[in-house]
Amino acid sequence: MSENPFVKRLIKSWQLYALMSLPFLYLMIFKYVPMYGAQIAFKDFSVVKGIWGSEWVGMKHFSRFVNSYDFWRILKNTLILSFYNLAAGFPLPIMLALGLNYLRSSRFRKAVQMVTYAPHFISIVVVVGIVKELLDPRIGIINKIIGFFGIGPINFMGEISLFSSIYVWSDVWQHVGFNCIIFIAALASIDPSLHEAAVMDGASKFRRMWHIDLPGIMPMAIIVLILNTGHILDVGFEKVLLLQNPINLKASEIIDTYVYKVGLTSQVANYSYSTAIGLFKSVINLILLLTVNKIAQKTKQGSLW
Amino acid sequence: MNTKLSKESFSDKLFTILNTVFMSALFLVVLYPIVYIISASFSDSQAVVSGEVWLWPVRPSLEGYKAVFEYGQVWVGFRNSILYTVTGTLINIIMTVLAAYPLSRKDFYGKNIFMLLFMFTTMFTGGLIPAYLLVRDLGMLDTIWSIIVPGALSVWNVIIARTYFQMSIPHELLEAAQLDGCNDFQFVWKVVIRLSGPILAVITLYYAAANWNQYFNAMLYLKTQDHYPLQLVLKDILVKNDVDVGMLSGDPQDAAKREAMKTLLKYSLIVISSAPLLVFYPFVQRYLVKGVMVGSLKG
Repeated sequence: MSENPFVKRLIKSWQLYALMSLPFLYLMIFKYVPMYGAQIAFKDFSVVKGIWGSEWVGMKHFSRFVNSYDFWRILKNTLILSFYNLAAGFPLPIMLALGLNYLRSSRFRKAVQMVTYAPHFISIVVVVGIVKELLDPRIGIINKIIGFFGIGPINFMGEISLFSSIYVWSDVWQHVGFNCIIFIAALASIDPSLHEAAVMDGASKFRRMWHIDLPGIMPMAIIVLILNTGHILDVGFEKVLLLQNPINLKASEIIDTYVYKVGLTSQVANYSYSTAIGLFKSVINLILLLTVNKIAQKTKQGSLW
Repeated sequence: MNTKLSKESFSDKLFTILNTVFMSALFLVVLYPIVYIISASFSDSQAVVSGEVWLWPVRPSLEGYKAVFEYGQVWVGFRNSILYTVTGTLINIIMTVLAAYPLSRKDFYGKNIFMLLFMFTTMFTGGLIPAYLLVRDLGMLDTIWSIIVPGALSVWNVIIARTYFQMSIPHELLEAAQLDGCNDFQFVWKVVIRLSGPILAVITLYYAAANWNQYFNAMLYLKTQDHYPLQLVLKDILVKNDVDVGMLSGDPQDAAKREAMKTLLKYSLIVISSAPLLVFYPFVQRYLVKGVMVGSLKG
């Protein structure tokens, strides 16, 4: 046995390291090796020479992307979808959680929870399938309903200006219930004596919601907001890809779908260029996350760590 | 005091009414598409395309489901998806417990370094192409491993499980077990897993849903049609409207009838493919709030 205290500690908990070994190996191979591989963004990757042997070209691919004809359009589409989604998808779960908290009938509350959580477990492919069926200009039920009021029929999927709304509101439909769970949990941890005292003082329900519940869930809301900001350029790529069609492509091409096409489906697939675009996005996300977290820390609004 | 409690003020009444209206509206908006799809799937195909279905099935029939049963590709997809989901979820759970338990131990030397390594991957990734090249270089392309191994572990679920272990397994229990000669391996197997039913149920649901619903990795890594999971088959039918009409029964000459069958097939497929998870989820639902609450704690 070694006398070195460091080695001693390692030996003492060798079983914990043994447990951790498989997850650690996974993390290294499937998360950190690709990060290492991302260096091809600064190289001209050739299959023959491999990741390490390909030649360095510096920032060539980044400047090509930033100066490309598509750059501003893609960035604009990504930001529009992202902010629209945040504007609708962030406050609604909070409102749902607050509202559920004041429902008198617990059976109704349970029914609302049961139904609104459910769509979260439906696959993206099926959600897009549902959207396409319900919005069909000829036989879709939505067009029948608005036809009742003398509107339409509207070819929703063929209307470029409607793309972002279709994306955002189908997302709200799918996730509003599930995303409110975290706020229900936060509401449950508010000290009930605050409410009792407020009732004694004759505070109305609205005032109690405004002055007790809302501040009570604010720290959680800030954390959710920070996390969302860290993914502002990650729009639900798998869903956008399925919603895309030749007509809406002008509004629906986002950074991630572009990365996919440039790298893997294009006739002249360019691994390095595609990786550079992806890296560009990742770095901006990371910077945004750290910045917003710093601001939240400085203003004492809570923080991720 | 009593009068104050029993007689609500006007503003409270108004609040209750508005809140009930808002909640009911939201409830109906989320519920209606689900009810409509289920009703349509059980209706007559002509009734669906001619717009007779509003709420309940019209001229109830099972022809949509019959068409699904006769659609061979769907069954290949189902079989593959079950295989990928069961194997994948099992590996997910094992990996998650293996990672979460050491991280939950205060005396695990190097805990913070491991946590940092885990957390960093949630903020930064190498991207699509490096991940693809890795899977290709490992020779996993077009095998079941390309679907299961790259997503073997989700860091968020590790954090949730770790926090649960920290809170619900007292240190005294470990000390008592150690006095009885129980080592860490035995402790995880005999104590930790047995005390963590609710959280294991929640993460099983999360992993199973992720595995069952995954389509992108399959699209990226699989080439052979016979390996396709259900979601890729659904993608062709629901999104690309690519239905093999030879698989549909009825007179192939009658174009209108065929179009109607296509639509009905889609509704029935939507219901059948989503059913496994939607049947499983209510059993776990009561643990969801707890699971999310645990995961959101900083530790």
